[in-house]
Parts: sequence; structure tokens; C-alpha cells
Amino acid sequence: MIPLSRALESSIGRKFVMSISGIALVLFVIVHLLGNLTLLVPDGGVAFNKYAAAFEDLGPFLYVIEMGLLAVILIHIFWGVTVTLKNRAARKKAYKEGIKTKGGPSNMTLLSANMIFSGIFLGIFIVVHLWHFRVRKVTEAGKIYVEGQEMTNLYGLVVEAFQHPGWVAFYMAAGLVLGFHLRHGFWSAFQSVGAMKPEWSGAINAIGMFIAVLLAIGFLGIPLYLFLM
Amino acid sequence: MAQESMTVHLKVWRQSGPEDEGEFRTYTQEDVNPDMSFLELLDVINEDLIKSGEDPIEFDSDCREGICGTCGCVVNGQAHGPERGTTVCQLHMRVFRHGETIVVEPWRADGFPVIKDLVVDRTALDRIIAAGGYVSVKTGPKPDANSLKIPKPRADAAFDAAACIGCGACVAACPNASASLFTGAKISHLAMLPQGKAESTRRAKRMVEQMDEEGFGACSNIGECEAACPKEISIDVIARMRREYLKSMFTSH
Repeated sequence: MIPLSRALESSIGRKFVMSISGIALVLFVIVHLLGNLTLLVPDGGVAFNKYAAAFEDLGPFLYVIEMGLLAVILIHIFWGVTVTLKNRAARKKAYKEGIKTKGGPSNMTLLSANMIFSGIFLGIFIVVHLWHFRVRKVTEAGKIYVEGQEMTNLYGLVVEAFQHPGWVAFYMAAGLVLGFHLRHGFWSAFQSVGAMKPEWSGAINAIGMFIAVLLAIGFLGIPLYLFLM
Repeated sequence: MAQESMTVHLKVWRQSGPEDEGEFRTYTQEDVNPDMSFLELLDVINEDLIKSGEDPIEFDSDCREGICGTCGCVVNGQAHGPERGTTVCQLHMRVFRHGETIVVEPWRADGFPVIKDLVVDRTALDRIIAAGGYVSVKTGPKPDANSLKIPKPRADAAFDAAACIGCGACVAACPNASASLFTGAKISHLAMLPQGKAESTRRAKRMVEQMDEEGFGACSNIGECEAACPKEISIDVIARMRREYLKSMFTSH
């Protein structure tokens, strides 16, 4: 037996944490995108506002869910940063003339070797995004009557935000970076827990690519759609 | 048909000892036979250096046929040079262009301190093996053929992992200087055969702990190690190492 505290300190255990928290976040992001698709319903925001109101109906449980999600995000960031720092420390004297990929089976690209930077961008995005819609939903969103019920007009807030090209560009960039992060991150999460068998690796890699492309298109498409509308 | 002789410039890392800062020095060699090996080029340059009273370029080599794992340096940013599935002693000058400047650096990793020039201390890999890369029970003399039933695919997979020659190219090529391919190959090779299977989780635990202690990085699944490996060992062995480690977390040894 290896005590959990010691396992989590090991190079392999750290990647277990990255993997499991990463997969959890992928699942969240998929659900998030599916929910956001209600923005595309051409009904003046009724579907989206009803969807958003359903979360408020959860009452205090919404906070429990939000705190749980935040915890997973913080774990993924904290372990990601410490793993990266330890990895950098493993080669303090870098190659003077750099290192070049040999191609073939290698996945070494600017993206896979710099997951920390796409991660940092996504971290910054999350902070801005939470302020932009989660905090301002409480402080700035107006009220609207839908089918006789008073609801927060989150749709109005979202549509208003995406009339500004700056916000549209920022959200589109975040969608793209998320795709880049998942291109390496998704299959890597399976490899990190040893769940890759040679017979499956092609399929898992393909699913990773599919999810990365789909999420990127979804998340950069919605702001663009609302802007062009 | 014999190719014409070529001229190359060798920009090579010179470091007089572990504490020395080190620097690149460039040597120009004319009349290079394209069919000579890269290490033979170093031999030729060293002869001239010795004649002129300078320190020769130190580098490791032994069998010069890609089976011993002694040689290794980074040539033009690639461990063992540009060709795949070969060690640097199997690299030939015909791969390079006439007039090319070839950059040569030692393996760089905190786990592999430079001793001199292109020679690095790879005893960290020996210590990983000593931590558990063996079968501790007496398995007796060579068994009769087919007395141990091992399916062919499994025997092949174990053999693929056992092909590791411990050269350290995986560490050198990894952006994180991780020794996961080496350690994974040793763990997989023994875990897939009946003699080694009984101790596989204890072995994984001990070897991984030693690997971490030596200051190697964690694996980011980038797979450059597989591309650099002269024996083309697949990163599947790293997945297997993680499975063995995961098992080790929940089982008593």
C-alpha cells in the first residue's frame, strides 16, 4: 500500500489528480455548452432565461454545486502549477541551442508542451467570466416577466455584452484556447491514469480531437452568432 | 559510387568538469568521408586536438553498433541525431550537408549532471533499477522450452519493453526531463512475465519513488521520448507503469 498523501506527492499521483479533475471539468464544460445552446433559440431569450432560472430554483444547493465546481478548478490549477514548476526544475540548465522534435509518434507541439500557458489563459478567462456574468447577474441584470413569472434577465446581459467586438473576441479566443488545451488534455488524462491500451489509443485520441473541435466551435460560435444577429 | 568528401563545422559543448560553466567551441573538419560514423568524426577531430596538445572532446561510446546504450548526445537539437530508431554511433555523416554546422550538446537534465564535455553521469538510472528492477526470488535455471505458457503477443510486448538499453535519450528528449519511458519499460518488461509479475506492484512503487528522488520530471504524455528512443519503445509502457502504481496504491505487497 502507498499512503494517499505519499501517492499524491509522487510524479504519477500528481498526474492522477490532474487527470481526474480534468475529466470532471470536461464533463462540466460539455454540460455548460449544451445549456448555452438555449441562447440560440430565437424566442427573445425565454428559453435561456428559464434555463438560468432553473438554477436559482435550487436555492442554497446552487452554492454547494458552485463551491464544488470551484474546488475542482482550484485543484486542477494548483496541481497543474506545482507539476509544471517541478518539471521545469528537472532541467535547470536548458539546451543552449534548443530541442527539436523527431516527429513520428511524438505529440510534441507548441500546444502540448505549453499546457500551462493555455491553462493560465483559461484561468484568467474564468475569473473575468465569473465577474462578467455570475457577479453581474446579481448586481446588474434587470428583471423580466416570462409567462407571468418574474425572472432575472440574464439573456439581456449576455446579448448586450456580445454587442461589443472586444468581448466577442475575448470569448472566441477562450473557446479556441479551450480547444487547444483539450486537444492534448483529453487523451492525456486517459494516458495519465494508465487507461490507454494500445488497442484503444487511436479511438481515445480521435474522441479527444472531436470533443476539442466541437467545444471550440460551440463556445466561439455562440458569441459570434449573438454579435452578428 | 563513392560520394565526395565533405567539410563540416562542429559546434560542440566543451566543459572541463562538473563545476565548469562550459561553452560551445567550433571545429572545422575537411575531407570528411560521408560513410564514416558521427563518432568516427569525433575520433578524427580528437586526433588533431591531441596532436596539437589540446584536450580531446570527451564522449561515451562502447559497442558502436547500437546495442550497448553507452553513447548518446544531442545532435542538432535531437537526441541521438536526426534519424529514428538509432543511437548516435549509428549516425553517419552522409545524413549531413556539405558545409553544415552541426550542434552537439550533452544530455541535459538535473538527474544527469555533466561530468565532462559530452559525458554525463547516468548512475541515476542504475539506482532506479537497484530500487526494484529485478526479480528477488530464485527462479531457477533456464526452464524447458514451452514449460511456461506465455501467449505470443504478451511475450512480444515484454520483449519490446526489454529492448531498452538504458541510454537516457528519453530523459534528454523530454521537455520535463522525465525518466518515465525508461522506468516504465523496466516495470512493464518484468510485470508481463510470470517470474516478475508477483512483485510487480512493489517494484512499481519503489522504482517510481527512486525516479522521483533522482529529480526527474513528471510525464506530460508528449511522447517525444518514443520518437527519440533508439529502440522505439512505445509510451504504452508508461501507461502500464501507471496501472502498476495505481494497483500498488491499493494492494499490500
